[in-house]
Amino acid sequence: MAKLPTPQMLVASRPDFPKEHWLDTKPLFAPGSYCYPEKKETMELLHMPNPHNWDPAADDWNLPDNWEKILCDAFEERLEKHRSLKLFMDICVRCGACADKCHFFLGTNDPKNMPVLRAELLRSLYRRDHTALGRLLGKHVGARGWDKNVVKELFYYAYQCTECRRCSLFCPYGIDTAEITAIVRELMHEVGLGTHWIMDPVKNCSFTGNHLGIKPHSFKEIVEMLADDCETVTGIRPKTPFNEKGHEILFITPSGDVFADPGIYTFMGYLLLFHELDLDYTFSTYASEGGNFGSFTSFNMAKKLNAKMYAEAERLGVKWILGGECGHMWRVINQYMETYNGPTPANMETPKSPITGTVFSNAKATKMVHITEFTADLIRHGKLNLDPSRNDHIVTTFHDSCNPARAMGLLDEPRYILKHVCNHFVEMPENTIREQTFCCGAGSGLNTEEIMELRMRAGMPRGNALRYVQQKYGVNHMACVCAIDRATLPPLADYWAPGVTVSGVHELVANALVMKGEAKRTMDLRQEDLPNVDADEAEAVEG
Amino acid sequence: MLESLLLVLLIGACAWIGSSMGLTAVFGVVLPYVAVFVFIVGLVRRMVYWAKSPVPFAIPTTGGQERSLDFIKHDKLDCPATKWGVFVRMFLEVCLFRSLFRNTAACTVENDPVNGGPRLVYYSSKWLWVFSLLFHYCFLIVFLRHFRFFMEPVPCCISVIEAIDGFLQIGAPRFYLTGGLLLVALLFLLSRRLVNKRVRYISLANDYFPLWLLIGIVVTGICLRYFDKAEIAQVKIFIMGLTHFTPTIENLDLNNMFIVHLTFVSTLLLYFPFSKLVHMPGIFFSPTRNLPTNTREVRHINPWNPPKQFFTYPEYEDTYRDAMAAAGLPLEKQPDKKSAE
Repeated sequence: MAKLPTPQMLVASRPDFPKEHWLDTKPLFAPGSYCYPEKKETMELLHMPNPHNWDPAADDWNLPDNWEKILCDAFEERLEKHRSLKLFMDICVRCGACADKCHFFLGTNDPKNMPVLRAELLRSLYRRDHTALGRLLGKHVGARGWDKNVVKELFYYAYQCTECRRCSLFCPYGIDTAEITAIVRELMHEVGLGTHWIMDPVKNCSFTGNHLGIKPHSFKEIVEMLADDCETVTGIRPKTPFNEKGHEILFITPSGDVFADPGIYTFMGYLLLFHELDLDYTFSTYASEGGNFGSFTSFNMAKKLNAKMYAEAERLGVKWILGGECGHMWRVINQYMETYNGPTPANMETPKSPITGTVFSNAKATKMVHITEFTADLIRHGKLNLDPSRNDHIVTTFHDSCNPARAMGLLDEPRYILKHVCNHFVEMPENTIREQTFCCGAGSGLNTEEIMELRMRAGMPRGNALRYVQQKYGVNHMACVCAIDRATLPPLADYWAPGVTVSGVHELVANALVMKGEAKRTMDLRQEDLPNVDADEAEAVEG
Repeated sequence: MLESLLLVLLIGACAWIGSSMGLTAVFGVVLPYVAVFVFIVGLVRRMVYWAKSPVPFAIPTTGGQERSLDFIKHDKLDCPATKWGVFVRMFLEVCLFRSLFRNTAACTVENDPVNGGPRLVYYSSKWLWVFSLLFHYCFLIVFLRHFRFFMEPVPCCISVIEAIDGFLQIGAPRFYLTGGLLLVALLFLLSRRLVNKRVRYISLANDYFPLWLLIGIVVTGICLRYFDKAEIAQVKIFIMGLTHFTPTIENLDLNNMFIVHLTFVSTLLLYFPFSKLVHMPGIFFSPTRNLPTNTREVRHINPWNPPKQFFTYPEYEDTYRDAMAAAGLPLEKQPDKKSAE
C-alpha cells in the first residue's frame, strides 16, 4: 500500500472540475483508484459469462468480440426487468440536489462522482438507443454510443459508489443511484469484468458457506476459541451449538465477525448474551454467512448466496432466524430475501422472543429479526442485568450504517441499547447520522487495501464528523452495527480521528452484562484492563 | 445554453413571421391540435412504457425509524408501513417537495482553525426548494387562470383565483402576482444553472431549452396582458372554437404576439413527453417513494424470479463430511467407515 497523504494534503489535492465537457473526459486508471480484477478461474468456477484475463490499467481489456451487442442486449433486458431503471433514466431533471450528498464526490471533487453524473454515464447511452431526441440530436442532448472507453468509464465509477443511497434520500424523485450502480455492475459482469475483492468472497460463499472460505471444522474451531476467550474474561465458557436440529432459533451473522478484529469481540458479545439468556439456538457452518457479496455482483448472485439461509432454517427445523449486526446483509434480508427465496419454510413461525414473549410482527413474513431489535426488547423488559459503568472509560458515538438506515429504518434500536450499556453516548452532527448518515467510504465490496487513498477520500465526511465530536466532546469510541464498518472504520478513524476505537454494539453489551456466576471482571472483551477496577480487588480475584 | 435560447427565439420568430404572412391557421389551429394530441398520446405511452416493466423488488428509501418495537417511535411520514402512510408520504413529496426540503450545502474548509485541519460544514440550503415550489405553484395557478378562455360561463372558482391573484390591485389590467413570480422563479432556476459551478457542469441543452421556452411563454403572456394587448373577447371566441372543434380564424383580430405565445405553449406540449419533463407523472411511479416499508411483513413478488440454484446442504456435506465428522459436527449421513479410516 502506498503511503497516504496527510488529511490536509488529501483535501487540498482535490482537482478542480475539468475544462472539457464530461462527455469528452476519460478516467485515468492510476494505481490506487481501482480495485484489482477478478481471477479468470474464479469467474469460470462461478459460471459467470465471458471470463477472461484483463488488467484495468491496460489499454485493451480483452473484451469479447461481440461486447457491444452483449452490453446493449443486457441493458435492454434490465430495462424490461426493472421499472426503476426505466424511470430513473427518464425523469432526472439534473437539479443537482444530489451532488454534494455523495461522500465520493466530497472526497474526490470528481464531477462524475456526483450521483447525477454517475447516472448520466448510463443515461447518455440510454438516450441514444431508447429516446427519440437522443437518436435525433445525439451529443447535443447528451446522448452517445457505446465504445470501449465508455465501458472503462462505467466500470471506474460503478466501483466508486458504495450503493449507500444517501443521494436517493435527497432526490426529489427518489432516484436511487444504488439501483443504477448495481445494474451497471451487472452489465460489467456480462462482459467478464469484476473485482477480485468481490468475486473471491462470492466464490468462497458459494462453496464453503461463507465469504472467508472458512471450512466447517475450522469455523467450529475458531468459534470455540472465541468461547475460550470469553471464559478468560468472564469465567464462563458460553456454549457453542453448531448445526444442531430442533432448536428454536438459527443465528446468522457475517463471517467477518468470526475472523477479523474487532468484529470477533462483537461475536464474543453474542456468545455471552445468548449463554446468559440460555437461548435455544444454533449456529450453522453451512449458512455461516450473513453478508452477501453477491448483492454487489448481480441480483441473481445475491439470491443464490442468500438461498442457504432458508434452506438451512428448513433443514434444522428452527422457528425463526436471528440476524447479527451487518449492513448490506440487512438490506438483502429486509428488502430482497423473501422476494428471492420465499415463501419461508413451513416449519418457521412469526418470531417471538422466548425471553420476553414479544412478538416481532414487523418480521412476520421474513421471520428474521435483527439482533438489536431483540436486545433492545430484552433491555426494555429488564431481562438483562447491566452495569454500564464498566464502559465508563469510553465516550462513544454511533455510526449508522447506510443499509440499516436507508433501506430498513433501523435507527433507534441500537441507540436504545447503547444508552443502556454506556453512560457516555454522544451523537455526531445531525447531517451525518440517522437517515442522513455518511458511508464508511468502503461499503459494497470496496473495502480493499489497494484503494486505501480512495477509501480515505470517500470516508472524509464520516471522518470529519467523528473528528468533530472527538474534539468537542472527547469521543474516543465509535459503535456500529455493520461488519464491514468494523473492518473499514478503524483505518478511517486512525486517519481522520486518531485515537478513536471501533466496535460493534454487542461488544459493549457484553462488557456491561453482569452474568450469573461470572468472575469479577477486570478486563473487557479485548482483554484490556478495565481502568475503573480497584487494583487490590483485582489482585484478590486473581489470587 | 445559447443554442437552446436561439432555438426558442427561432421558434418565436417563425410563429411571428408565419402569423404576419397569414399562416394563422397553421400556427393557431393545426399546431395546437397536433401538440395536444402528441402530448396526451406521448404521455400515456411513456407511462405505459414504464408500467410494462415490473417492480421486482420493494426498495423504499427509508427516511426515518421503521415500525418495530412498541416503545420505539415509528416515523410514519418518512418510513410509512401502510398504504395510507405511503399516500401521505407521496402527498408531501408531490405537493411540498419534502425530499428537496432536506437539501443541505456541504462546504469544505481546507484548514479550519478550530478543527486544526480540514473540516466539512453543512448549511441548510432551501433556495432550490423555495423557487421550485414557487415555480410549480405559480405555473399551476396561471394554468388554472387560463380556463377563463376555455369555459363559458367562467366558473366562479376561476374568478376567485383571479381575484386573489390580483389582490395587489396594481395597474389596469390588474397585475397578477403569479405571472411575475413565475418569471422570477424561472430566472432563478436559470441563473442557478449558470452560476452554480456543479449544476452548470451537468446541465445539457435539454435543461436550458425548457427553461427558455417557459420564459418565452411567460414573457409573451405578460406582454399580451399588459403591453402588446390581445383582444380578449376575440381570443376567447378563438379558443372556444378550438375547444369545440369548430376552429374559426376568419374575422378575428389575433395579434402576432398571441400566435407566438400559442406556438410556445404548443412547443412545450410537443416537447413534454420526450423530455425530462415527464418527471411530472414519473414521480408517482418512483419505487423508492411509493412503496411501504413493510418488507419483512409482506412478501413482495418478483414476476421474473429465477429458479433457485445454489450449493445445497447435501452437496456441502458431501464435500466436507469427513472433516465435519472429525470435528464432531452433526451429520445427515455418517461417513463410510473406509474413507474415515
